[in-house]
Amino acid sequence: MKTFKLGGVHPEENKISAGKAIEVLPLPAKVCIPVSQSLGAPSKVVVEKGAMVKTGQIIAKGESFISSNVHSSVAGKVTKIDDVIDTSGYKRQAVYIDVEGDEWEEGIDRSPEIIHDIVSDRDTIIRKINEMGVVGLGGATFPSHVKLMVPDGKKAEYLLINGVECEPYLTSDHRLMLERGEEMVIGVKILMKALGVGKAFIGIEKNKQDAIVHLNVICSKHPGVEVVPLKVKYPQGGEKQLIKAVLNREVPSGKLPIEVGCVVNNVGTALAVYEAVQKNKPLIDRVVTVTGKSVAKPSNLLVRIGTPVSALVEFAGGLPEDAGKVISGGPMMGKALTSMDVPVVKGTSGILIMQGAESKRAAALNCIRCGRCITACPMGLEPVLLAQLSENQLFERAEKERIMDCIECGSCHFTCPAGRPLLDYLRLGKNKTGILIRNRGKK
Amino acid sequence: MHLKELTVNETVLFAVLSLSAIGVASAVILYFVAQKFKVIEDPRIDVVNEILPGANCGGCGLAGCRAFAEELVKTGDLSKLNCPVGGSDTMKQIASVLGLEAEEKEPMIAVVRCNGSRINAPQKVIFDGASSCAFAHALSAGESGCPNGCLGLGDCVVSCKFDAIYISPETGLPVVSDEKCVACGACVTACPRKIIELRKKGKKDRRIFVSCVNTEKGGPAKKNCSVACIGCGKCVKECPYEAITLQNNLAYIDYEKCKLCRKCAPVCPTGAILETNFPLRKEKPGEPGTEKAAEPVVAG
Repeated sequence: MKTFKLGGVHPEENKISAGKAIEVLPLPAKVCIPVSQSLGAPSKVVVEKGAMVKTGQIIAKGESFISSNVHSSVAGKVTKIDDVIDTSGYKRQAVYIDVEGDEWEEGIDRSPEIIHDIVSDRDTIIRKINEMGVVGLGGATFPSHVKLMVPDGKKAEYLLINGVECEPYLTSDHRLMLERGEEMVIGVKILMKALGVGKAFIGIEKNKQDAIVHLNVICSKHPGVEVVPLKVKYPQGGEKQLIKAVLNREVPSGKLPIEVGCVVNNVGTALAVYEAVQKNKPLIDRVVTVTGKSVAKPSNLLVRIGTPVSALVEFAGGLPEDAGKVISGGPMMGKALTSMDVPVVKGTSGILIMQGAESKRAAALNCIRCGRCITACPMGLEPVLLAQLSENQLFERAEKERIMDCIECGSCHFTCPAGRPLLDYLRLGKNKTGILIRNRGKK
Repeated sequence: MHLKELTVNETVLFAVLSLSAIGVASAVILYFVAQKFKVIEDPRIDVVNEILPGANCGGCGLAGCRAFAEELVKTGDLSKLNCPVGGSDTMKQIASVLGLEAEEKEPMIAVVRCNGSRINAPQKVIFDGASSCAFAHALSAGESGCPNGCLGLGDCVVSCKFDAIYISPETGLPVVSDEKCVACGACVTACPRKIIELRKKGKKDRRIFVSCVNTEKGGPAKKNCSVACIGCGKCVKECPYEAITLQNNLAYIDYEKCKLCRKCAPVCPTGAILETNFPLRKEKPGEPGTEKAAEPVVAG
């Protein structure tokens, strides 16, 4: 069984909602759509207060190279353009819309019919992906059209589709592969055409056997697309780990996957690409897992972007009494929310409600120099050293020790027997070192 | 060649002689080298260095006391350099050594411009990550929800080399000791939210300042903290010396212009302006804000 070699951990899988079919969440009364939903420069609002918008209408335009458009996920009236506390914990600009009916923008094909023929050429595909605001749905929300524009002198050989879903609890990609596999594979073919590659691999962990079987049947009709079953190991969904697992290639330090001829996309992104190119549908909804050990009705929901988290939790049976933390994302890399009014954005893959006891961190004890974090690090770093450097603000040394290679997977913190907050310090160090490097470029 | 076998006495003699010869030769070489590469150092540097407190805190902006002494002697200019730890006494002594005039500099002190205690800014969420303000700042707005307020995790306490700042267990806010603080500015740099500012220490440690750095509009600011500056501008109008400016919904009192007349504090509707070490106001019935100002104020 294929997997990456270096480090990794195996947390309890807890895929409680794996057997639950995707349900459509009823339209909320109000949505609040943050303007910046992708990496890169913030987008510019193009609607005014009081304006009537249709579902799928563009409300914020990405103006620089790395930025993306944001569309209205509902039909209704723009009540205000104000700040909202988003996943970052800070206030960001957002468009508030009161829902009135559900009239869609013209030109969007809403029929369930699957369009198999890919008529668009490369440039049209990239233009449509850009216009429809498709971003990486794995969590990093990198604008997808940028990934497809291979820089001069580099050549893409393989397309890797990430169906690993190595985060415990989360099942949205799993359900998506099972229920919308056919469309997803067409999305893969579109991406292959845009990149000009002849071979695509869909990496899926072995704990999703039904998805592997299902996609194998579909892929037999699509030459060039192959399913690769992978051993269950965290963080296999990291793109560098996935490339290593599937192709046994290593992305050099500080470089992008294109350096070894690969482009990695999430299964959710592949589906969004299908909808954007074949159906002209902008990225206005996504599958979100709502789960947790005490949640009454763990579910996989198709949610419009901008829906408040409270609506999702309500649908899943309300906030359990013993709730300790509400996390956006999975337990390893997700972020605890500071408010239940935080809207679902393009990067929200799941809402995890942790029980009070399990969410509590153990008190940090002294490091006993056991080296488990070093063994667990999938990037071959020394988390204990980097955390110390970061704590003592020695960022130049941290840079030499490759702190910027850290993928923030949290394996070090997970495995630490002393419960040291290694990832916290690594994140802080990465942030500060990044500022240091950027400032150096300016001088 | 045939070597004669040496006796023990001869061996000792040869060893002593040859080592002495090497020693003399080296001494001669070293003497000339020392002459050639002689570093002529101003003797005053050592004298000045002796006068300095030797805390090596970096508060003067240079890398330690020695560097400060070198810079002083080299430039011979006292106007730009100041040792905040030693204060004007030290600077006067240095001036007399160097034969210069020392400007009278008013002593400064670090002032914490946030009064978002547990009562004023109630905790809304619990932060249980690494105990570092810098990290908590990067992660979220903080436990009270104020995006500019004090996080209370003590990066300033760690940075202080003079043990002059501690987190009050009651309020969760840093408290600066009037006696111990030397205004080196380490905490000012350490605070990720730029809450701490160096201000004039003032006569009898009396100071007036806006104890808030929140730049949000009035409504949102007030929602998280009852003593936030809401940017109403009442104090700006009240000030007879034009010492108060309003920028980004936040009032700021210029300590150079402020004459400590105490007119601004009573008009503040939220009580964001703090007065430290003043005698209690005389009760004047009907005067707005009298009660608020009479409250015990946080030292700092």
